[in-house]
Amino acid sequence: MVPLLEVRNLQITFTRYTGGLRQHQIKVVDGVDLSVAAGEITAIIGASGSGKSLLAHAILGLLPGNAAMSGKIMYRGEELDARRQEALRGREIAYIPQAVTYLDPTMRVGRQVRLAAGGDRREAADKQRRAFRRYRLGEHVEKLYPFELSGGMARRVLVAAASVSDARLIIADEPTPGLPQAEVREALLQLRELADSGCGVLLITHDIQAALGVADRVVVFYAGSSVETAHAQDFSGDGHLLRHPYSRALWRALPENGFEVLPGAQPQPSDRLEGCLFAPRCAMATAACSKERPEMRHVRGGMVRCYHAT
Amino acid sequence: MRLEGIGLGHRYGRGDWLFQGVNLSLATGEIVGLAGPSGSGKTTLGRILAGHERPLLGRVTLDGQPCPSKGYHPVQMVLQHPELAVNPRWRIRRVLEESWQPEPAVLEALGIEEQWLERKPVELSGGELQRICIARALGPGTRFLIADEMTTMLDAITQAQVWHAVLEVARARGLGLLVISHDRPLLGRLCQRVIDWEEQIQREYHSP
Repeated sequence: MVPLLEVRNLQITFTRYTGGLRQHQIKVVDGVDLSVAAGEITAIIGASGSGKSLLAHAILGLLPGNAAMSGKIMYRGEELDARRQEALRGREIAYIPQAVTYLDPTMRVGRQVRLAAGGDRREAADKQRRAFRRYRLGEHVEKLYPFELSGGMARRVLVAAASVSDARLIIADEPTPGLPQAEVREALLQLRELADSGCGVLLITHDIQAALGVADRVVVFYAGSSVETAHAQDFSGDGHLLRHPYSRALWRALPENGFEVLPGAQPQPSDRLEGCLFAPRCAMATAACSKERPEMRHVRGGMVRCYHAT
Repeated sequence: MRLEGIGLGHRYGRGDWLFQGVNLSLATGEIVGLAGPSGSGKTTLGRILAGHERPLLGRVTLDGQPCPSKGYHPVQMVLQHPELAVNPRWRIRRVLEESWQPEPAVLEALGIEEQWLERKPVELSGGELQRICIARALGPGTRFLIADEMTTMLDAITQAQVWHAVLEVARARGLGLLVISHDRPLLGRLCQRVIDWEEQIQREYHSP
């Protein structure tokens, strides 16, 4: 079956001026491979600054002008180019962003959700009301402006907007930061419901435990590249089911696991490593690792970018 | 040395009281957690203990004396959002050395790279900037550190790395730590005791 979304060897390079007219290129996303199937939640976890949000922006066509992209993004088997992105964005492909700042501050939220529903006016109003009821938003909320909402309400408005738009693919970028635990759980269960109704969901988060509670598959990012695709249940015990040494280190660093430290830091794009990006911190690294970047390969029902994974 | 908050109460404007009659005591060498949901006044309590804010009710004392109002404050605080805690126009070196000149060992333990010091705050990621803020708060005059959701925005590995470094410094210098977080497993790892903030406010409300 063709996956709903497929990303193959995605690379994103930014051009920056470093003084005068001198330009400088930095590759911030360097090799991302993943796929999202209908009815599934694929979670993306990994170090901060590893390019997780940039991936979302690349799929939606929201990268800034000084970014150049290579590789392929396929949506329902066809390449997702700028024209299709514009046609599908906000309709078939919905975005649940991190913050309220993505709502239009000058428009009442009810109207914003009706616009997302599109189509006939009465039908849109009907859809919006139903979505508000479903996400515990009182009738008076329709008439409020974004600045009048609490963080949790704003998030529910964003989910409501995504749910009315007949979306097939939902991209949620850190939908739960700073929310109380009960609301985090609720937010994730709402994503699970959307997936169970047939949507594909890409959930970007740094809250590993929360992601594991709802996700089917987990993609681990490190230094701008995807290093592993695992099943959610591979994250258990001492992490021996995980394929990549970075995934295992991330799992064992959780306070509820070992709280173990992995020395060193994530490499910067300016370091221009030839080989595996994790090699400088890896206990298993051999000479081959620092020569050539490993390709993604299939191991035990998942994928991993490591020469030594078994 | 002992840091004490006695009968603390605070509210903003004419709003509801966030808390009233809160008592809290922390000794040097002690690591205490403060757990509770967001929006319940934990950060405000931290700000009061660190002298960023004056309490409307009660007082804060160090060994029974009022906190010094001049010079380096012995109670330092690290906030959740480092971008808001540094001057965006200063280079990192100046941000850091406003407080003290950390030894290279401290910087290394926190995973701070020499080259960051010449950059501007916008050129560092949130996690990198937070480590600068932590190093800044660990000056020689610091006796107590209040860590308000200090590593919430970091990935698990960086979080573990930063805390191991901070615990090391705290142990070596006998600092007292107040760790404010909603992450119970983290508090369980770090702290000798954990104060349940909601329980504490409730109790104070219902006592005569």
